[in-house]
Amino acid sequence: MDLSNTHMLDDAVVTTTIDTVVSWGREASLWPFVFGTACCAIEFMSTAASRYDISRFGAEVLRFSPRHADLLVVAGTVSYKQAPILKQIYDQMPEPKWVIAVGACACTGGFYDNYTTLQGIDEIIPVDVYVAGCPPRPEAILDAVLDIKRQLKREPKFEVRNTDFKGKLDDV
Amino acid sequence: MMSKTITLESATLFSTIKHAKEALGFTFLLDITAVDNLNKATPSSGRFELIYILRHNTFKEIQLYKVALGDEDLSIESISSLFGSADWAEREVYDQYGIHFQNHPMLKRILNHNEFVGHPLRKDYEITKGQYCTTSQDLMDEMKPLLDARKLDMNKDELMIVNLGPSHPASHGTIRTLAALDGETIVAAAAEIGYLHRGFEKSCENHNYNQIIPYTDRLNYCSALMNNIAFAKTVEEMLDVTLPDRGIFIRIILSELSRVIDHLVCLAAGLLDMGGQTNYWYLFNPRNDAYDFLSKLTGARLTNSYMRIGGMTHDLYKGWESDLNDVLKKIDFGITESLKMITHNRIYNDRIQNVSPVSASQAIDYGFTGPNLRASGVTYDLRFTDPYYYYDSFDFNMVIGSVGDTYDRMMVRFDEMHESMKIIKQAMKRIPSGEINVPNKDITMPSKESVYGGIEGMMNQFKLVIDGVKVPEGEYYGAFEAANGELGFYIVSDGSGTPYKVKVRPPSFYHMAAYPKIIENYQLADAIMTLGSLNIIAGEMDR
Ligand code: SF4
Repeated sequence: MDLSNTHMLDDAVVTTTIDTVVSWGREASLWPFVFGTACCAIEFMSTAASRYDISRFGAEVLRFSPRHADLLVVAGTVSYKQAPILKQIYDQMPEPKWVIAVGACACTGGFYDNYTTLQGIDEIIPVDVYVAGCPPRPEAILDAVLDIKRQLKREPKFEVRNTDFKGKLDDV
Repeated sequence: MMSKTITLESATLFSTIKHAKEALGFTFLLDITAVDNLNKATPSSGRFELIYILRHNTFKEIQLYKVALGDEDLSIESISSLFGSADWAEREVYDQYGIHFQNHPMLKRILNHNEFVGHPLRKDYEITKGQYCTTSQDLMDEMKPLLDARKLDMNKDELMIVNLGPSHPASHGTIRTLAALDGETIVAAAAEIGYLHRGFEKSCENHNYNQIIPYTDRLNYCSALMNNIAFAKTVEEMLDVTLPDRGIFIRIILSELSRVIDHLVCLAAGLLDMGGQTNYWYLFNPRNDAYDFLSKLTGARLTNSYMRIGGMTHDLYKGWESDLNDVLKKIDFGITESLKMITHNRIYNDRIQNVSPVSASQAIDYGFTGPNLRASGVTYDLRFTDPYYYYDSFDFNMVIGSVGDTYDRMMVRFDEMHESMKIIKQAMKRIPSGEINVPNKDITMPSKESVYGGIEGMMNQFKLVIDGVKVPEGEYYGAFEAANGELGFYIVSDGSGTPYKVKVRPPSFYHMAAYPKIIENYQLADAIMTLGSLNIIAGEMDR
């Protein structure tokens, strides 16, 4: 076998780092778990429907089991009653995982500054991207997905994220 | 205008309500609520009053019964043996006010979580005092008596308990159902709600009337404008004012468009649950076009906050007719295409015909209203029985079903969309020009020019913003035919710009109360379809 023309392999072999390959894969296949509770969830439905079409960004494989998902989209108001359920779902998701808080309610409690509503989901779980709006337009939700993609490229690939986070429901 | 109320002694309540139901024809219990008199300047009686709202079987007349409770003994006879709908209604009063109902089958919290201490709608409960919840309840306290009543045993009968929700793709929001299964068949079920309880009623007591409008948007967020209109209309009736005709016609057009949007979402999601994904696209996409129209008009797609007490923020824009016509054409196309796929489709028909039927008398007992009630063959639609806003002058039909099964509930909605579009088309032809707001400077905001250009306008604006619209003292129950049924507001005013109390009569709350009963003896997969067909909207149910 003639080994003199190894230059032909130039087009077939790419040298890169393992990190780049991993984030290349992750970025194009985020699997969201939609924790939709209220009005914002209706706008998430629009984001998934054909006009805005979240599949253009590789995030259309909506999972309904947290164990299959790596992106938690919290769309809607989270009440104190709902909080332990959200926490449980977050805990069930395998690492690495990212969280988007969609809308004023998930970010801060919104205009429900009262006895029922958790004043922002970051009281119990870590949040990576906050989306403003009540509800945010579908474009804003798509923008948050793009933000996550940018973020995961910059991060270390094989470390458990947010180990130092401590939420209000963590030691009970 | 204020509602007429009959004041009763607590000892005679049960017999009076029984008499009203059996002899006077008030067969429909709309709602039960309470008022805490703690902050009233001149309380008429003890600290708590209970309000029972009943409707006559001709569906025209409403009767309010009021009972003052003694301060030492916060309890009263339960009427849940007379009306199925009283069961959850009384639980809510217990949860929010801490009033006990004797002989109630299962008196426990319903909206607030099980670790909650206190009763939030009492005036001395501070609005911002939240309480963390750490665990969810297992609901076996409700399941056990159900199984005992059916003489079933978990082990001997080899039953399996399945929990659906509150975070489940087919549970449409935040509804939790616990079902005991024998094979695939549900032998007993219990439901838990309150996961989206957002303190609407408490918030109302802390905001003036116009500030409440954005909160009403988020009751039934699939038809936000309709809640705006229902609330504004109720307050206007308390103020004894009516909108100029153009304002009324705008409200009719937008209500009916919202009804169509609501039904589109319900049917799209219901068919998606069944695996009919193409239907989802056909029904959901025209809804997006309707949202484009609404955002052009109001600035928001979903939560429009377009109405104000005494009118709306601004008039229709130039060229709205052609935009709306275009939307109607697209909706019509979506419905037609979707119907082509399902009308003669055996999977569709076989899966939902004769599933979870609700008879007319059962439906009334459960407190069903709207399309779900009409599916059972009851001819009750406020637009016909007690017409407001010139509805009696439009040419449209009431759509009714025959057996009240899942199929009827879905098909009634399909046909209602056609009727609503008929109304919109007629209203577009008839809409007059002229003013849209009530010409009363104590109610309607002055124009921007006069606020910036003169002291009188500025003062006027200042007073309306700081004090709000002052509503005369009294209490009133106003009802509106919303997409899901009778949406009522019971408002108590102390004469200021902030309501003393607001209670929503949410159609979904009562539909949900019946859900665990009607899915019994059907398969688990049928229950998913039934839930979709009832169109439970958590925002409105839990408030
Ligand atoms: S942010 Fe606004 S739209 Fe979203 S869930 Fe909260 S109230 Fe609803």
